Amino acid sequence: MMDKITVPKPRRFRRNFVILTVAFLILGSAWFAGFNIFEVMGNLYKGSRLLGRMFLPPDFSYIPRIISPMLETIQMALVGTFVGAIIALPTAVLAANNFIKTKWLHVPLRLILNIFRTIPAMVLASLFVAVFGLGAFSGVMALAIFTFGLISKLTFESIEAIDYGQVEALMSLGANKMNVLRYAIMPQILPQYTSYTIYGFEVNIRAAAVLGWVGAGGIGQTLEYNLAWRNFDKVGMIIIFSFAIVLVIDLVSSAIRKRLV
Amino acid sequence: MEKILVKKERNPLKTTLHTVYYLIVFGLIFWGFGGIEYKGIMQTAASSINALLDGFINPDLAYATNGTVDGLPYAILETIAIAISGTFVSAIISIPFALLASQNIVGQRVSKVGKLIVTMIRTFPELILALIFISVVGPGAPAGILALGIHSIGMLAKLFSEAIESMDMGVKEALESCGGNYFEVLFRAVLPQVSPELLSYTLYRFEINMRAASTLGLVGAGGIGAPLIFAIRTRSWERAAVIIIVLVVTVTIIDQISGRIRKKLV
Repeated sequence: MMDKITVPKPRRFRRNFVILTVAFLILGSAWFAGFNIFEVMGNLYKGSRLLGRMFLPPDFSYIPRIISPMLETIQMALVGTFVGAIIALPTAVLAANNFIKTKWLHVPLRLILNIFRTIPAMVLASLFVAVFGLGAFSGVMALAIFTFGLISKLTFESIEAIDYGQVEALMSLGANKMNVLRYAIMPQILPQYTSYTIYGFEVNIRAAAVLGWVGAGGIGQTLEYNLAWRNFDKVGMIIIFSFAIVLVIDLVSSAIRKRLV
Repeated sequence: MEKILVKKERNPLKTTLHTVYYLIVFGLIFWGFGGIEYKGIMQTAASSINALLDGFINPDLAYATNGTVDGLPYAILETIAIAISGTFVSAIISIPFALLASQNIVGQRVSKVGKLIVTMIRTFPELILALIFISVVGPGAPAGILALGIHSIGMLAKLFSEAIESMDMGVKEALESCGGNYFEVLFRAVLPQVSPELLSYTLYRFEINMRAASTLGLVGAGGIGAPLIFAIRTRSWERAAVIIIVLVVTVTIIDQISGRIRKKLV
């Protein structure tokens, strides 16, 4: 004879409470921001007309005039990434808690890195425009600082995750700190560091394309100018052109990154 | 004692290739430096920096405690609201895109197309999306929500599809062998299995969207960006400083909370 097996019901109170809270948060913020899906739908006609003016057809004759701002955008991203990545490597070594064990060094360093990553590149750029004036230089500075924060953080996390056996092996042979750094830590993190740098370049090329909005050089400046004059067919061409360039760079660099790590 | 010699293997073809790579990279960087014109620091730079530091020492506290629509608390709350709504919209839309990009759901050929679509969405800058949506629904927070909602699909759908591709296919096959139809398989086998990962990625994207939402205001799509850029352009550094401080603190707190939840989830 078999007894009936009773499975105790899981307590649902906690789960329901979480679901309700999240639903409340989402609905509350939609209400607070004045988001109304019917209004959006109602405006679709207006939007499609505008998109038509942008892309049907875009002003192809404008391409030769936007090549040089696009090149400037790429140059900004290259230099910003390079400068940021160079400063990031020593900083990451200092900020990692397993190689240098002084707390007063890496705690404030991490705080600063965190602040740099939190301030959006656009805000940095507009600050630099106010200080250094209009132009690509301000944009490069903003990109460099943002990249520095990003790559330092990713790299010091990699340093903390290395195989520590190699470090101990070298130490037991009497190697000094520099040798440990050179032969045990660097070989382990360089592929990842390179990969993060390329990733930073991808992020920067997208950022550089819009930095011109605050006057920090690149194709964004051309875009803002044309939008202000309501040259929508030219705007459409700029969007398509920069999108194509960014997409190609993205595909190439993620292919490189896949081979690295 | 004998010296131990470790002979490094050298492949001439590989060495040449590496040299070529280095040359290309350094050539590119060199070319980049050539394009950045350094016009020198403006004469007003020193005084600007002084005024900026002064602003950080005496931030505009009246603005930070102004509870009306023109105050800082309202702008910050609006930024958070844009980030939450935008993330929610994109998480919902991302699921079908993720399924379309997952090899084990739709097969190899379709998934390649799906992946390309997702990459294209990811590449499209959110500020330009915001500009497009501003001309559709007018300036304000809804345009920002739509911009974030569409842009975030690029990342979320990619991460979702990676989660789906690495799941245990046994459950799905079991349901299929019992005659479950497509939607039963989807809602009873696929989604329950990957839902912790989906939630975790969504939270992560929310952290990113918090940062993004704070720049959307620059182009008029709501949130803290508009008062911030206005303060910087008019050089009211006390106000700019208080906005930047509050923004950094808010983003850091949200990062911490959401990071804790994510650790518990997966």
